[in-house]
Amino acid sequence: MPLSGTEIVIQIESVSKRFGDFEALKGVSLDVASGERVVVCGPSGSGKSTLIRCINGLERHEAGTITVDGITLDHSADSLKAIKVKVGMVFQQFNLFPHLTVLENLTLGPIRARGMAKEDADALAMRYLERVRIPEQADKYPSKLSGGQQQRVAIARSLCMEPSIMLFDEPTSALDPEMINEVLDVMTELATSGMTMICVTHETGFARKVADKMVFMDQGEIVETGDPETFFTNPESQRCRDFLDKILHH
Amino acid sequence: MRVAILALALMLTGCSGEWGWYVVNPMTESGATNLKFLLSGLYYTILLSVTAIAISIVVGLVIALPGLARNPYMRSINRVYVELVRAVPILVLILWVYYGMPQLAGLSISVFWAGVIALALSDSAFEAEIFRAGIQSVAKGQYEAAHSISLNYTDTMRFVILPQAIRRVLPALGNQLVYMLKMSSLVSVIGMQELTRKANELVVTEYRPLEVYTILVLEYLVLILVVSAGVRWLERRMQADERA
Repeated sequence: MPLSGTEIVIQIESVSKRFGDFEALKGVSLDVASGERVVVCGPSGSGKSTLIRCINGLERHEAGTITVDGITLDHSADSLKAIKVKVGMVFQQFNLFPHLTVLENLTLGPIRARGMAKEDADALAMRYLERVRIPEQADKYPSKLSGGQQQRVAIARSLCMEPSIMLFDEPTSALDPEMINEVLDVMTELATSGMTMICVTHETGFARKVADKMVFMDQGEIVETGDPETFFTNPESQRCRDFLDKILHH
Repeated sequence: MRVAILALALMLTGCSGEWGWYVVNPMTESGATNLKFLLSGLYYTILLSVTAIAISIVVGLVIALPGLARNPYMRSINRVYVELVRAVPILVLILWVYYGMPQLAGLSISVFWAGVIALALSDSAFEAEIFRAGIQSVAKGQYEAAHSISLNYTDTMRFVILPQAIRRVLPALGNQLVYMLKMSSLVSVIGMQELTRKANELVVTEYRPLEVYTILVLEYLVLILVVSAGVRWLERRMQADERA
């Protein structure tokens, strides 16, 4: 396994965000080092999705600062553009483009946003499709694929932008149980390649195997962070213990 | 369908000594000339409708986009346009564009372009509403996915949102085209030589309104059935992709 760098690539400082009267994030701070794999968990509505969505500007944080790779996200068009290029994202609902083939889903970003020639983009896309182990599906439309295959295409689509950071927002929550592992396998493989990753997930097996750092969130705050071993066997806070009880012994 | 038309024809012919189909009997020289005269209006009916709908789709799209903006001023541009244009009857718009606008702008305008402008303007308000609904029906996740692969606004619209929105509004766009073909008959009042005008002129010389207007009805019927079938074919073709 490659060594995690010590350089901080994502710096989140006292970030707050509200939706109307609901405080989704209450002054959250978190540092992520280059190559680090962070798994975020917590009950629904705890702000974990909002937190990672703030990192690539899908949600606009209201207070605090987010710095990605030295660029401060101030919601100017320039900072947003610079950060988006570095950060890939995988969604719970895959969000593939249904009117485009798998290959076209993958090459749209490289061609339009990175200015690649079509042949180069095709070659790049095929490389990543092989990496997520479905090159034979290249010419199909997303609706012809299983959920697990669709999510792997979505991961490959993100990777085609060659980001240095990947965000996963509950990537297996919409999948049938028998398809979860094929997606987690791809994510595990990605983790061993040195990619900086933040995953919102309740897959404890994956977290134990892959995470360098566990983050537990509740009610818009980070309640506890720690290494996976301590986190799962001996969590500090009562809230975290209660949550783990629920997801580990159901 | 064919059976129904045949039955209708039999019923109509059966009920009279009043009919004078000789006016359009293709076996006689004058009948053939008359028929050709009536059919010659088809060219302008189609050209007028197709030009107008092409323009109104573009204008409709341009008007729809500010209607989706977060900025309330942008949205009000859309609202005001749609409400104003939708409130004017097409016939009134045709008269205003042909007789009124030249005085206002100090330029003369051909019958054809007056017709195109009036039809396109009137239709654009409806197109704008159709596109707005279509674009709004595309899931938010599609914008988020486009954002996450760094597409800018124009590319997001062009490659991700609009192709999906247009597939969904295709039946409504087909409706508008049918509507446009029918409304183009109104341009006959300013002298456009389309189907209805030709029929009117023939009635004046032949004094056979029943036969001539029946032919006119059939002309529109056939034209619109063909267009409908075309739109349905296009729908099937475009949606074949997305379906499992």
